[in-house]
Amino acid sequence: MRPFSFTKAGDKATAIKVISEAEEGKFIAGGTNLLDLMKFDIMHPAHLVDITGVALKNIEALEGGGLRLGALASNADTAYHTEVEKRYPLLSQAILAGASPQLRNKATDGGNLLQRTRCYYFYDPATPCNKREPGTGCSAINGYNRWHAIFGASEECIATHPSDMCVALAALEAKVQVTGPDGDRIIPFEDFHRLPGNTPEKDSNLYENEMITAIDLPPKGFSENFTYIKNRDRASYSFALVSVAVGLDIKEGKIMEARIVLGGVAHKPWRNKEAEALLENMKSTKKNFENVADAIVSEAKAYEYNQFKIELARRSIIRALMQAAKTEE
Amino acid sequence: MATSFIGKPKNRVDGRDKVTGAAKYTAEFHRPGLLHGVVISGTIAKGRIKNIDTATALEIKGVIEVFTHNNTPGLAWLDLSYKDMDAPPGDPFRPLHNDKIQFNMQPVALVVADSLELAQYAATLVKVDYEVEKHRTELADHLADSIEGKGLRAGFTPPQSIGNFKEAYADAEVKIEAEYSHGAEHHNPMEMHASTVFYEEDGSLTVYDKTQGVLNSQHYISMVFGLSKKKVRVLSPFVGGAFGSALRPQYQLFMATLAALQLKRSVKVELTRPQMFSFGHRPITIQNLKLGATTKGKIEAISHQAYSETSTFEKYVENIVNWSAKLYDCGNIEQIYKLVRLDVYTPLDMRAPGGATGMYALEAAMDELAYKLKMDPLELRLKNYTEEDMSDGKPFSTKTLRECFKQGAERFGWEKRNPEPRSMKDGNHFTGWGMATGVWDAMQVPARAKAEFSADGTLRVGSATADIGTGTYTIMTQIAAETLGLPLEKVTAELGDSDLPFAFIEGGSSTAASVGSAVQKVCRKIAKKLLKEAGKIKDSPFKGAGLEDVVFSDEKISDKNDPSVNMTFSEIMKSRDLEKIQKKYMLLPNMMNQRKYNRNTHSAVFAEVKVDEDLGTIKVTRIVSAIDGGRILNLKTAHSQILGGVVWGISMALHEDSFMDHNFGRFINHDLSKYHVSVNADMPDVDILFVEEPDHVVSSLGAKGIGEIGMVGVAAAISNAVYHATGKRIRSLPLTLDKAMTETAI
Repeated sequence: MRPFSFTKAGDKATAIKVISEAEEGKFIAGGTNLLDLMKFDIMHPAHLVDITGVALKNIEALEGGGLRLGALASNADTAYHTEVEKRYPLLSQAILAGASPQLRNKATDGGNLLQRTRCYYFYDPATPCNKREPGTGCSAINGYNRWHAIFGASEECIATHPSDMCVALAALEAKVQVTGPDGDRIIPFEDFHRLPGNTPEKDSNLYENEMITAIDLPPKGFSENFTYIKNRDRASYSFALVSVAVGLDIKEGKIMEARIVLGGVAHKPWRNKEAEALLENMKSTKKNFENVADAIVSEAKAYEYNQFKIELARRSIIRALMQAAKTEE
Repeated sequence: MATSFIGKPKNRVDGRDKVTGAAKYTAEFHRPGLLHGVVISGTIAKGRIKNIDTATALEIKGVIEVFTHNNTPGLAWLDLSYKDMDAPPGDPFRPLHNDKIQFNMQPVALVVADSLELAQYAATLVKVDYEVEKHRTELADHLADSIEGKGLRAGFTPPQSIGNFKEAYADAEVKIEAEYSHGAEHHNPMEMHASTVFYEEDGSLTVYDKTQGVLNSQHYISMVFGLSKKKVRVLSPFVGGAFGSALRPQYQLFMATLAALQLKRSVKVELTRPQMFSFGHRPITIQNLKLGATTKGKIEAISHQAYSETSTFEKYVENIVNWSAKLYDCGNIEQIYKLVRLDVYTPLDMRAPGGATGMYALEAAMDELAYKLKMDPLELRLKNYTEEDMSDGKPFSTKTLRECFKQGAERFGWEKRNPEPRSMKDGNHFTGWGMATGVWDAMQVPARAKAEFSADGTLRVGSATADIGTGTYTIMTQIAAETLGLPLEKVTAELGDSDLPFAFIEGGSSTAASVGSAVQKVCRKIAKKLLKEAGKIKDSPFKGAGLEDVVFSDEKISDKNDPSVNMTFSEIMKSRDLEKIQKKYMLLPNMMNQRKYNRNTHSAVFAEVKVDEDLGTIKVTRIVSAIDGGRILNLKTAHSQILGGVVWGISMALHEDSFMDHNFGRFINHDLSKYHVSVNADMPDVDILFVEEPDHVVSSLGAKGIGEIGMVGVAAAISNAVYHATGKRIRSLPLTLDKAMTETAI
């Protein structure tokens, strides 16, 4: 680990001020990912601003029916929060599919959005990686890419975003509240994370020195018809090979609205709205679900070791839709 | 009797120390002024170091030295001096010896600083330039360039074919042939490898090392650095798991010792988790099995062929193809074992080396034969059961495998099995039942022990063996206490210290039978002396009595036929004015008798799996393991031993795979979030039973070692269960979901 300085900020304004003045500064909250990255010499901030003392831990009702998750609420407190369990069980399920109880106790909601890929090569400074060191090349494209993207990748980077929570947040169309040197703004969830393009070093569309203050959940929680399926290499403490979050709004046997978001398959939670629209006003039949799944995976592109992900994604989408709609085989 | 302990489910005597943190591990020993060393790992698989720039690192205050091949003094110049007691044939790796890179993650420098943090930071500032040469790391690509799997190594039996396989196979009515493979595995004990070397005022070394053999580490340091053994004391009181990874001295021991001697300071070196992937792994194999049988299921021909990997500098051999002759009554067996030299570190014994992988392939092939014969897999094994090893015609010292099959099958409910694949479906899940046999060696090796009985009624027993979590402290205590008739609390067992009497490296499931027996014998010598002294007391009822006439229990000697005639130990010690009784014993296996027999442990493993065929998920839901392990010394620690073996068997079957990126010749998933070991959520009900028969050929205690047998056969049983569930033969481990969802049924 390299030397760094450390400040504890008691409020948002101080946090933004300190980080703006620091060179190579980083916010730290739960630290469940950043500390590992520092120990492995992958990220080396010169200054850390600890924001755990900032009052952003609350989970509270929003006017108009939504729910606000403070950026510093822990993943565990969020997943087990009564309102979340009742109104957004999809989110609760997705969070609990991730990490381990110890990590979920420590990790914050804001931090979950900002965790970095678990690509083997990103984590091994002995190998080239455009995300870690822009311009050095991507080792994964011709390497061991079992965990890697099948959607939206580029020649520069085929890493995936590792979060489970974000897959559910994308399905719920959450909004990310941020603050920074130029004031507050709101980023729709689908615009929060980026595809790698030719700037894979950038994971999100946060501006420099901005911090997340809250994640707002809209009133609609799909609490009647939802599913989160996570396929992984062992039963716990393992990142998704393919995960699927589904929320359905079903009225009188017809699907009014469908949300289908995939995790572990792209540089961001992967959503295809055109494909979702295929289900509008349709019945919850296996055939209809298969059509949607086919439409989604038709855009997929695999590499040497992750071919299986395309078919796994297709089957997982069908399974998730069947479960959410409570359709019998 | 209150002092009868052998066989009882006793708690670990060191359990409390372990859970409270009182038990100290190698990297936890400190003294003021201790320096910290951080190893820099190489980043290429083959080539040479052009330049190492250490200037920037050395400029930092508190950085003491950076050791590289450029400033490491000429040490022992004979390769032989680097040969530890467990070295396979060849030229051992010599750390920091020259500019040559022989494998990826090879240690290229050691940064020594006042603190760990400083050393870690300074390590990031050292720049290494390489001249890269083309490496070869892929076994499958180089099978044509193989060498014979031969070589002298303790515990290794060169493959031996019998009869005429080719003819018998050609004539066989029913045949199968199949190829099996599996991933490389790294041991990954919880405790990382570490060495803490204290440089004493007189220039001698007190070394704490993570090792399965303190005497092996002492021997290595003494040979490599030219030090008298009197000047090197090696201690390893607690080992946080090893599984074979600490059989050989690893490079951190060299590094810490080098730095301590050069700097005349105390130095600690602890490896990182990624560096745990830089030395020794269970080698990848590609195995081909051919089985031929009559239509009635009598096996007529067996061919077991394995290609395995080794390094360019050592020839690592293990028993992969040798097992069929011990299990099946077949006169025509072909065993072929080939090695391919690759640019990797030498493979390293890992729990049931060779057996875990060889028996996976053999027992998976047996299942394929059973289906081809339309015969129950258990019935096929019983039909071909052998009471002797087919390769030498000698009987087994003990073998309760038949009873293991019977009791295991009953416990599992095997007779209710519908043999038809895909016959048990529940929602999205197919259930499958599979079984397999396990076999391993029951070795006894020479061992010394000492004992000291004091007038206060306490006993100390010691031997330079190791307890790698297996329960050696506990069984030594139990054996000593029972032999002499003492409460457990009055016995202290000592191990992991090179000052103690000789014991072999703790491995090969030999410790209980070897050290355990030596402890029993040395305690008998104490008993004899006590009895003799008792006989010297005025009007003693034990005058002229022999050990066969008396009973040692509850801290006294009693007449065998009349327990009311007795003398307490304290009475004897006091009357005879004795402070201490000290004895030593050297156990030499009775080779004359042992040679007449094959000495093995066995297991019958039954597995239930649930497979979600759409999504490929495989969940092991039940395991029954019936063990032929001789007399069980401690039901609780033995149960834990087998349980641990089964857990690893599941992990091997479903998860573990050290993935080599051949572009870099580098294991790429080198941490525990990417190298998957089974977690609690993967664990099913595991039901373990012992079919005991004391084996007095293997040891006077009747014990056979059980450190490894628990793992053997588990992966095959699971793989066979997956076939039964789905009708798919997946012939490579781990059984990941991509294989289960895409392999087509045959």
